Amino acid sequence: MIYLDNAATTRVKDEVIDAMIPYFKDNYANPSSIYKIARDVKKDIEEARDFIAHTIGATKDEIYFTGGGSESDNWAIKGIAYAKRNVGKHIIISSIEHHAILESVKSLEKLGYEITYLKVDNEGLINPSELESAIRKDTILVSVMMANNEIGVIEPIKELGKICKDHGVLFHTDAVQAYGTLDIDVKDMNIDLLSTSAHKINGPKGIGFLYIRKGVLIEPLISGGNQERGKRAGTTNSAYIMGFKKAIELKLKNRDNEYVKSLRDYLLTEVTKSIPYTRINGSLDKRLPGNINFSFRFIEGEGLLLKLDEKGICASSGSACTSGSLDPSHVLLAIGLPHEIAHGSLRISINEENTKEEMDILISELKEIITNLRNMSPLYEDFLKEERSDVNV
Amino acid sequence: MYSDKVMDHFTNPRNVGEIENASAVGTVGNAKCGDIMRIYLDIDDTTHIIKDVKFKTFGCGAAIATSSMATELIKGKTIEEALEVTNKTVMEALDGLPPVKVHCSLLAEEAINAALWNYAEKHKIEIKGLKKPKSDIHDEE
Repeated sequence: MIYLDNAATTRVKDEVIDAMIPYFKDNYANPSSIYKIARDVKKDIEEARDFIAHTIGATKDEIYFTGGGSESDNWAIKGIAYAKRNVGKHIIISSIEHHAILESVKSLEKLGYEITYLKVDNEGLINPSELESAIRKDTILVSVMMANNEIGVIEPIKELGKICKDHGVLFHTDAVQAYGTLDIDVKDMNIDLLSTSAHKINGPKGIGFLYIRKGVLIEPLISGGNQERGKRAGTTNSAYIMGFKKAIELKLKNRDNEYVKSLRDYLLTEVTKSIPYTRINGSLDKRLPGNINFSFRFIEGEGLLLKLDEKGICASSGSACTSGSLDPSHVLLAIGLPHEIAHGSLRISINEENTKEEMDILISELKEIITNLRNMSPLYEDFLKEERSDVNV
Repeated sequence: MYSDKVMDHFTNPRNVGEIENASAVGTVGNAKCGDIMRIYLDIDDTTHIIKDVKFKTFGCGAAIATSSMATELIKGKTIEEALEVTNKTVMEALDGLPPVKVHCSLLAEEAINAALWNYAEKHKIEIKGLKKPKSDIHDEE
């Protein structure tokens, strides 16, 4: 199997599993309990919290563990909206946010909140001056992702954070794709809230954190016990927190963005050279090292994914058919792709575990599969006929 | 999510291609929705038997599989028999489709119908049960 879908999820590393097991088997005590073994777990959790806080330039009392990226995003959006409902009801987000953000603001719209969706240019980038002019007196929150999950584009977070700070508006960023890969300093970047998830960096699924800057008032989303300083109830997920800590520790130690980027650039060069009518979606310059998003004209993404799967290659697509809805990816439409081209997209996400041999296999399989699918496509047939008739004229 | 039969017809689609000087061609769907099907027919003008059928499809796995199955189901049949092939027939022959993919089987039925309509128009004949195709891809967008 060749796994090239690391933006979807990653393999849990053995060291991560090893770090988790003792908290299932030996010290399974509830860290909120009073006895010694519980206090021991509590100590380990707090050390992990401290370690994690330092990875983004925060302090440990600013880190709140959650059930993952979607919960962190939901909490940031809804928790701030509820806490500030008497201050204002206007929220600004980008038009290429993850569904966890998009659906959260949609649910707020039903409660009378007003949402502004910032456009991106055809590279996928937000223009900071557009944010500046979108901010109103009643704006309570801005949320722009650090790096996009489909096209890997890195947004100008520091500039956006500065604008928010200058206007006294809270700034949240979904850093699920960026955490571990990009250097983050929440103070320097003026970030008030930041979402992450462990399973994108070879950690377990079902654990993440929300960074909440000290002094920011937020309503809890999960009510109950006093865990996470009364802000997020639920028995502390010790084993998963310890796994998350190990995952980020390893990621930062072994991170090799240059290597990942070299594989990505090799793939990009070879594919665009050998497969005609191919385009790359999103900025190449401001982009996560491991992300590439192709559009192959005249073919549809799901068919391509299924054919790759037959060859043992795992990848993903922004095609409508893979999402269960009839519309293709909102991200690809936002950067101005026509529907029929957005349907034929392929996302490859590479990490340190991938190799050049895998890229070579992918390139050769892609050439064959795309030729076959195009030969089967009436759009390609019409295109060739038009080309021929143009020559005759 | 797909049945073995769907996967079989997707992996090894039957009757892919074009027919030169075909008796009839029908194209349905539009690129915006992500599916276009084109069916070519070679029909015997006296017996009205479909001697050969080919297809080309732009679309997902289910769209390709339903096109393949639809062409198999009408090959060697008369025009009248081909008209009895509905989206249900195609779906049953494929051991079902996921709910979001049912429209692919409708598209297959419409593609057969559109090709037969093209044949009827060319020969100025009336075929019972034949409906005027809703639209052509080139009318939309």
